[in-house]
Amino acid sequence: MFSQDLSGFWSLWITVITLGVIGFCWWLLNGNRVTDKAPAANGEVQTTGHAADGIEEFDNPLPRWWFLMFVGTIIFGLFYLVLYPGLGNYKGLLGWTSTGQWEDEIAHAEEFYAPTFQNYAQSDVITLANDPEAMQVAGRLYQNNCAVCHGSSARGGYGFPNLTNNSWLYGGEAETIRNTIINGRNGLMPAWIDMLGEEGVDTMSNHVLSLSGLDHDVAKAQEAAPMFQAICSSCHGADGKGSAAMGIDSIGAPDLTANTWLYLQPGQSVYDSVSYTLRNGRNGLMPAQARYLDYGVELPANIDSLSAQEKAQLMPKLHLVTAYIYSLNQGK
Amino acid sequence: MKHEIVEKNVGLMMVLILVVISFGGLVEITPLFFQEATTKPVEGLKPLNALQLEGRDIYVREGCYTCHSQMIRPFRAETERYGHYSVAGEFVYDHPFQWGSKRTGPDLARVGGRYSDDWHYAHLFNPRDVVPESIMPSYAWMNYASMENNNTDVKMKRLRMLGVPYTDDDIAGAREFISGKTEMDAVVAYLQQLGTVLKDAR
Repeated sequence: MFSQDLSGFWSLWITVITLGVIGFCWWLLNGNRVTDKAPAANGEVQTTGHAADGIEEFDNPLPRWWFLMFVGTIIFGLFYLVLYPGLGNYKGLLGWTSTGQWEDEIAHAEEFYAPTFQNYAQSDVITLANDPEAMQVAGRLYQNNCAVCHGSSARGGYGFPNLTNNSWLYGGEAETIRNTIINGRNGLMPAWIDMLGEEGVDTMSNHVLSLSGLDHDVAKAQEAAPMFQAICSSCHGADGKGSAAMGIDSIGAPDLTANTWLYLQPGQSVYDSVSYTLRNGRNGLMPAQARYLDYGVELPANIDSLSAQEKAQLMPKLHLVTAYIYSLNQGK
Repeated sequence: MKHEIVEKNVGLMMVLILVVISFGGLVEITPLFFQEATTKPVEGLKPLNALQLEGRDIYVREGCYTCHSQMIRPFRAETERYGHYSVAGEFVYDHPFQWGSKRTGPDLARVGGRYSDDWHYAHLFNPRDVVPESIMPSYAWMNYASMENNNTDVKMKRLRMLGVPYTDDDIAGAREFISGKTEMDAVVAYLQQLGTVLKDAR
């Protein structure tokens, strides 16, 4: 970061004007000081001598309480300028800075909350998922960080996965969920229009519908079966159950037999959605969340080789959110 | 000087009032123009590219700043939610800066990269599609608004006069750079770079 310091000239500039203005206020106040003045015996009131349209201005003294309050503000100002940075490069006796105050706040919160989170980090994901108090804390973290895309009910939406139906693109084991949150995901389906052609997209869409047992044209579905094995099976598996079922947790090719359609718009038919996907491809992106959930965490280069316990210690809040996502799918 | 002279000469009174109220500005604003922390860009800060620049102008046109601030103050409550507090050096190429002064929606100073492009497209098209609780207006028409014939290059030249280091190549290629893009593309490109330069920002 660059220096906050001012050059000598500007430091002096601020100091002189600030103190000068305070001195000027004092002079103005004191110069006009007429606090002790008794009314004349005959009841006449002294005027300033100005008259406009026959209206004269009384020359009454300032109320004493008002005068003293003004003096008070000047004294307060001088004390303030001694204690806090206000005069150019002078740092003030207290050494206060706004970033210093922020660092104190963070340190204080760290001291206060860290034991709670470290305590949670001692438990594994499955234990935490069954701890109602921990899940309340985790639910808050979810609402603040995840709900924007996955929804406040975690049921997702068009293009954003449902986290409550135990249907997973990358696998639903605790450690897979944790890795998804730490590093994010990028699920890429290429566009197949050049390879399949319009007719091929139509037959392949019917084949995909058949995998989930939806209404389809049997002849077209059978026609596309060899093509499915030739190009689709390498990611979606020979049986169409997706990459996670094949034990691969990095591709995210969905299970086509589960009748779960991530890119199904409200009111759209599954056929339209699938053929759009085949024609244009999809690019699903989840940003990495580690640094959003656990402030200031620095991921070591060997993050993938750390044990679950070590990851939990390093990122206790992310650990809680992992348990929360896990808990949403229990018994489903 | 007699009270009366000041009171009966409006011109003189105006001059004296201006002198009195200028002290605050002279002390609090003027020196900042000569302070490194406020005049030097943070390391890695680049001027907005043509598309992001158009996005910034649409952001201004639609009045996004009336509901969204772009300035995270150094309080824990803010840094916990939005990320590292903003520093002056992040804004030296912003003319004018978009700090805003009111948050009906959340602060956007570090929204860049936080959500996917797809999310931004869906959200700007109709915020309630992704956040049912949202009260933000829909900006669906930006999907259909072309930026062909925008004078991006002229804007860049003017910004260069204000000290933004655009190269001749940037300016020459500006119109081509945004060609075929929609206003929606521009706004998303602008949002996705917000606050991403500061290294220790989360």
